Amino acid sequence: MVSTQLCTFSVDDLLFGVEVTQVQEVLRYQPMTRIPLAPDRIRGLINLRGQIVTAIDLRSCLGFAPRSDGELAMNVVIRGVDSSVSLLVDSIGDVIEVPEDAFELPPSTMKPAQRNLIQGICKLPGRLLLVLAPERVLSSTQADARSRAGALVS
Amino acid sequence: MIDEILQEFLMESRESLDQLDRELVALEEDPRNNARLASIFRTVHTIKGTSGFFQFAKLESVAHVGENLLSRLRDGVILLEGTRTTALLAMVDAIRVLLSQIEASEAEGEGEYGSLIEILSLTLEDETLAQASALLSGRGAAAVTPLPLPFVKLPSDPPETVVEAAARVTAASAARAEQPTASTQAAAAKAAAVPAPPPAQVAERRPAAAEPALEHEAASAERSNVDPRIRVDVRLLDRLMNLVGELVLARNQLLQHASGSVDNALVSTCQGLNLITTELQEGVMKTRMQPIENVWNRFPRVVRDLAQLCGKQVRLEMEGGTTELDKTIIEAIGDPLTHLVRNSIDHGIELPHKRAEAGKPALGTLRLRAFHEGGRVNIEISDDGHGIDAERVKARALERGLITAERARALSQSEVHGLLFLAGFSTAEKVSNISGRGVGLDVVKSNIERLGGSVDIDSVPERGTTFRIRIPLTLAIIPALVIGAAGERFAIPQVNLVELVRIDIEQARTLIERIHGVPVYRLRGNLLALVELGHVLELRQDDQPRDLNMIVLQADDRQFGLLVDEIFDTEEIVVKPLGRELKSLQTYAGATIMGDGRVALILDVAGLAERAGVGNAERRIAIESAAQRERRDVRVSVEQLLLFRSGRSVRMAIPLSEVARLEEFSRSRVERVGAEEVVQYRGEILPLVHLSELFGEPRGDNDMLQVLVHASGQRSVGFVVEAIEDVIQQEIVSSRRGGRPGTLGSAVIQGKVTEILDAAAVRGLLGG
Repeated sequence: MVSTQLCTFSVDDLLFGVEVTQVQEVLRYQPMTRIPLAPDRIRGLINLRGQIVTAIDLRSCLGFAPRSDGELAMNVVIRGVDSSVSLLVDSIGDVIEVPEDAFELPPSTMKPAQRNLIQGICKLPGRLLLVLAPERVLSSTQADARSRAGALVS
Repeated sequence: MIDEILQEFLMESRESLDQLDRELVALEEDPRNNARLASIFRTVHTIKGTSGFFQFAKLESVAHVGENLLSRLRDGVILLEGTRTTALLAMVDAIRVLLSQIEASEAEGEGEYGSLIEILSLTLEDETLAQASALLSGRGAAAVTPLPLPFVKLPSDPPETVVEAAARVTAASAARAEQPTASTQAAAAKAAAVPAPPPAQVAERRPAAAEPALEHEAASAERSNVDPRIRVDVRLLDRLMNLVGELVLARNQLLQHASGSVDNALVSTCQGLNLITTELQEGVMKTRMQPIENVWNRFPRVVRDLAQLCGKQVRLEMEGGTTELDKTIIEAIGDPLTHLVRNSIDHGIELPHKRAEAGKPALGTLRLRAFHEGGRVNIEISDDGHGIDAERVKARALERGLITAERARALSQSEVHGLLFLAGFSTAEKVSNISGRGVGLDVVKSNIERLGGSVDIDSVPERGTTFRIRIPLTLAIIPALVIGAAGERFAIPQVNLVELVRIDIEQARTLIERIHGVPVYRLRGNLLALVELGHVLELRQDDQPRDLNMIVLQADDRQFGLLVDEIFDTEEIVVKPLGRELKSLQTYAGATIMGDGRVALILDVAGLAERAGVGNAERRIAIESAAQRERRDVRVSVEQLLLFRSGRSVRMAIPLSEVARLEEFSRSRVERVGAEEVVQYRGEILPLVHLSELFGEPRGDNDMLQVLVHASGQRSVGFVVEAIEDVIQQEIVSSRRGGRPGTLGSAVIQGKVTEILDAAAVRGLLGG
């Protein structure tokens, strides 16, 4: 049977997964340099061994309340086309293997902000796993930054 | 496996072809140079042999007939002259086209080369040479199909590299004219395709000192199998650069730890590591350096073709070709240089008979020179042509509405030369397909500035013109000023820096003036718009007075003062690109990693100016002469406008730059001199003009007079207005309709009709 390996993590009370092939590495909290004028969801820049990586907060992307002060975000670094980005999440889970036929399309009743970033839902025993589409997180972030830049000019 | 061999063949052949262009032109000058002839023969022979191996029949047949010709030349049976050179160059072009075809489709394509082969065969015998010559001149531009594109780089669309990002550091505002690559290359292709039967007197001459280097090159080419060089993928070098950057950071941290240690062995090991790291860094930087010859190699051919096309005689001299520059700069400088070379031949060097009239030798000289100076590279392109005619330049600028007649008279020599770099300027009498298509020197200038360089002109009438380009050695590592604002650190590229001014709290109160909330600073008599970094970047809103550091910055033609909290240090920083999700933020040019391992953003000064609404001084002068104003609508492009009411109802605007100062005078201070109202102001007598009266409204009865001080030449005039309303930034199109004396016309600003005050005209009306 065909199966997929997913790297799992949680944001708020939801469990998410990303295909391991798309994940470059997982890191604990990293100090960040914030970027003035960038959209809220872009939290800053991280020095990843000399490579500069943009950190995007999934909480903000998914419309959750911001992390409280003491909580430190974990980094799931996603391999991009030309550069990597880091997704900020609450905690990191295991790498799990799921059969391909366990996937379903996200229900149409999900909030659009969340539904747009999800490519499928996986029924785990006792729990649902949302499979994230990192490229959609990126494209929606770009669109956000552009519209913000546009708003600034006018 | 085959693919790999084919790739190698294509790459090597392409390099050989560029060399062939150069060597053929050089050989025409000195047809009996057997070493050079042998080298050309070998190159063509290799291409023929390898294409036979790959069974590229067309390529083989073209190269074969070329080889025959070269073989007869080498044996001394016939001699190289213009027609044969042109035929051989056409062969090089044909091979180039075939190679591009093969590269694209692994097949030779549909092109037919029968006529070229026929011409080449005819040049084999002196008897049939004239026939070949006739055929060659009969072959129009269309005959060489598809058009060969000399020096076209492989189209590649890599992700933004370190260096592209670095280029953005100095990149100016977003809207820029496109580099005219396609059109210039097409023009070059045409130039290449139109042969001229008379032998060209184009020659590449190097100064004697460079001669041994050339021979050395030829020698090393002969021993190509023992070439000590190897080909390395640039991406690998970029990666090495990154790794070395990290190593430097790790070393810095280690040194910091070790400095507190009493362990002697550790300390000395660290010092060793320190030295090795520095050397390694320098070594890796060097791997990216290339001689500027790599760009210049194309010029002998360009010059020959262009000179023939223009009917001019040009000798090309090149000096300092071994001067090294970073690979990315070498790549980026090619097009601007080509443009300047074309420009010099097209506009600079005169036709032979004109040169004779001027008492100059018919053979013009174009000279390229490169040398290091003060950590930068200078490149000079000089011709001994007729120089720049200042009067014609001014006339053209007036005609194009780039300057006013008044300003034209006041221009200095260097300012006149500066006009050449304005967009939309071209003095070419007729539009040729070589240069003078309106996309001219402004593009060259912006491209060079994008590299953090500068270009200026030196011209002596009848003696010639020199374009001088100064560019940094590398873009990957640039000097920058590290500053702090609202607790964040930023780097500002040194190239944008003009000066630093410290303003303490006391001075801040008096020296920073406000024109309706817009802070300005009086720097040696000029009003400088101020931008507070913390505000622009929305890091804070407060406006508490504190000690301030002002950094005077220059981006494009505009200057402004940036207020920051702290100035740390100048550092060499390694420029890294930002991810594409941040591309839309024009205020940053990239990021860098500081000594402590934290990331700092690099400010894009032009983007910052744009965002803060700081205007552009040069573009402001787009106010046209009166004659043109009558013919059509006036386009006035103004950066910052001061809005005011001249009387109770009339709304007017004046470019902020024309206002030296805003003053408030109590009515009691007004004195009378004859019919004129004046006030004593800064030890002088300032005449007052009530704009309301001038524009047919009753004079206001305020106790305090609001006065715009307008300075022109020696004398200032105060315009009394009813109220000052706002300072705005807007490009306005004013219409002559409704324009009355003393105004430049009217425009709609913020939804209301607003008249633009013509201060000079008002002063004229008053005889002042």
